[in-house]
Amino acid sequence: MFVFQMADIMPALPEIFLAAVALVLVLVAAYGGETAANARRVTQLAMAGIVIALLLVINSDQVITSAFGGMFSADSFAGFMKALVLLGTFAALAMSIRTSGDDDINKPEYSLLILLALVGMMLMISADNLMALYMGVELQSLPLYVVAAMRTSSLRSSEAGLKYFLLGALSSGLLLYGASLVYGIAGTTDFDGIALALAGQDLPPVFIIGMVFMICGLAFKISAAPFHMWTPDVYEGSPTLVTALFAIAPKVAAISLLMRLTYGAFGGIADQWQQVLVALSVASMVIGALGAIMQTDIKRMMAYSSIAHMGYATAGLAAGSVAGATGVMIYMTGYVFMGAGTFAIILLMRRDGAEATKIVDLKGLSRTHPSLAVGLLIMMFSMAGIPPLAGFFGKWYVFLAAVEAGLVPLAVIGVVTSVVGAFYYLRIIRLMYFDDTDTPLDAGIPVANRMVLGASLAVVLLFFAGLGSLLGAADTAAVALIMAR
Amino acid sequence: MIEALFFYMFSAVMLGAGLMVVVSRNPVFSVLFLILAFFNAAGLFVLIGAEFIAMLLVVVYVGAVAVLFLFVVMMLDINFAEMRAGFQKYLPLGLVVGGILVFELVAAIYGDAFKGASLPAMPEISNTRALGNVLYTKYMYLFQVAGLILLVAMIGAISLTMRKRPGVRRQVIAEQNARSRAESVEVVEVPVGAAARTVHTVQPSKREG
Repeated sequence: MFVFQMADIMPALPEIFLAAVALVLVLVAAYGGETAANARRVTQLAMAGIVIALLLVINSDQVITSAFGGMFSADSFAGFMKALVLLGTFAALAMSIRTSGDDDINKPEYSLLILLALVGMMLMISADNLMALYMGVELQSLPLYVVAAMRTSSLRSSEAGLKYFLLGALSSGLLLYGASLVYGIAGTTDFDGIALALAGQDLPPVFIIGMVFMICGLAFKISAAPFHMWTPDVYEGSPTLVTALFAIAPKVAAISLLMRLTYGAFGGIADQWQQVLVALSVASMVIGALGAIMQTDIKRMMAYSSIAHMGYATAGLAAGSVAGATGVMIYMTGYVFMGAGTFAIILLMRRDGAEATKIVDLKGLSRTHPSLAVGLLIMMFSMAGIPPLAGFFGKWYVFLAAVEAGLVPLAVIGVVTSVVGAFYYLRIIRLMYFDDTDTPLDAGIPVANRMVLGASLAVVLLFFAGLGSLLGAADTAAVALIMAR
Repeated sequence: MIEALFFYMFSAVMLGAGLMVVVSRNPVFSVLFLILAFFNAAGLFVLIGAEFIAMLLVVVYVGAVAVLFLFVVMMLDINFAEMRAGFQKYLPLGLVVGGILVFELVAAIYGDAFKGASLPAMPEISNTRALGNVLYTKYMYLFQVAGLILLVAMIGAISLTMRKRPGVRRQVIAEQNARSRAESVEVVEVPVGAAARTVHTVQPSKREG
């Protein structure tokens, strides 16, 4: 019989701690009342919990990394990705304190649901079993469906939530169906066991079908084309605070899970999934770059931008090598900070208190809000991939890995779409610096947004300085991910 | 012998109830017949020694799902006569689908699939206990996460549907009990023959609002 030991749950300490914080916060939210003060208190407690969880993740034991009978893996790869997710969620929560003051999503449940989604993201990153994978995905998705629809007075928000929910359910179905086929062939739900069962065996076509279904299900979650349809509508319809969170954290978790699945469970059959990922990557890069050009709303534009970013990250994934995994991790690091910085500014796009998120609302920002304009300028340059900013290094390592793996056409398409993509990033800069406006946006920058923007700018600008140690950490993590089998 | 008797009884009642679900005119009766069918299916499960599934069937399907159906049927304004209108039209299609299902079932039972496959040996401990042994140890992680997911579903449903509407009158029992005779009842002298014309009504106390 299975004997339960303390060592079995220690690697999951950060998750257990956060879940306990969430349970306490349920009580705080329920008994504190539906007031703005209580919402603020819940948010602050959640942020404190995230800080402690981050410390726990950083100081986690790297000797025993497997917990719950191999279902949960807290290796250095998980630590790297969890740190990103925790930082991103912390930034999104910090910005909600002041901005949500005049908003009807200003309820205690908001931070509570996001904290639970965060636990789900961390479980996704650590999932080492098909069942744990599905549990993590659902725990991450369900709260996000709810917060997307949380602005009950807005029809668009309800629509966004419903759309997200239905397509999310569809992707869960794909994921589960694929998982059942994979389990049927491999005979085990353990990632290690699947890798072992596949070694030196002729792969039945059913298995390939299952694998492709699973990859497609996860492609929904990272919004890679052609499974990206929900992204623009959900980004646009959701309250901007929620969009900021969507743009920062969940995709890191989903791509980590995709990496764990492809490099871990399907590690021995890279030639089988490589072409699928190449197709996803090319489609995402092209649709992301071309789709963004036509947009007039900056939230929709950021949705297409994130589709393109996921295409670049998938290109590194498709390389199927340690260098590819390292590249993806560098890319996602830059992505989190670029997203946080950009949305720290988008959240301030208000005119007379109402949200003004059209791209043309940025006209003349350099004269009305010079510091914001400089911040957005740097973020846009970084997203376009202009050296020596963070976005450039992400693309550099991803494309380098793709070329080394012999995927030269993929890298070429990536570079071309980056140039196309630069057009819409530079259009924003042109609007800010060369156009004029007589209806300026509201003045005043809350402390939280200033801090998030400042921290993101520091990371994006000084990326090259810390690149050495970051590469080292990412490389260790990638080796832990791939060599563990 | 007695087992066979119970088998045929449960099966017959279940089939009859299933038929009534489809044909009964009143949708509330349909749901009640559905509950009857669930109970008999649970009885069949008990007969083959699957007491845990029998329990689940009663607790989950009768206790929760069927009651939810009842709520839907009784509270939502669905025009069942209209939904029923296509019954004749779709009958042939339904019969074809049903026929295919019956054919598949027969093929499966008389085919090779079940030949030689006997029931696995019954372990010493009961199903419930065997499940409990792994659910709270080996699969504790998944079990706990499933609990969290259900918590999220509950919080989400409440926070999406609960709205603060202005002008909702809530019952405060303490205040109702605290009312005294002096502020609730007024004795009015009514002159004989004056009738109700001059009688003024008692104003509800201000606290109620």
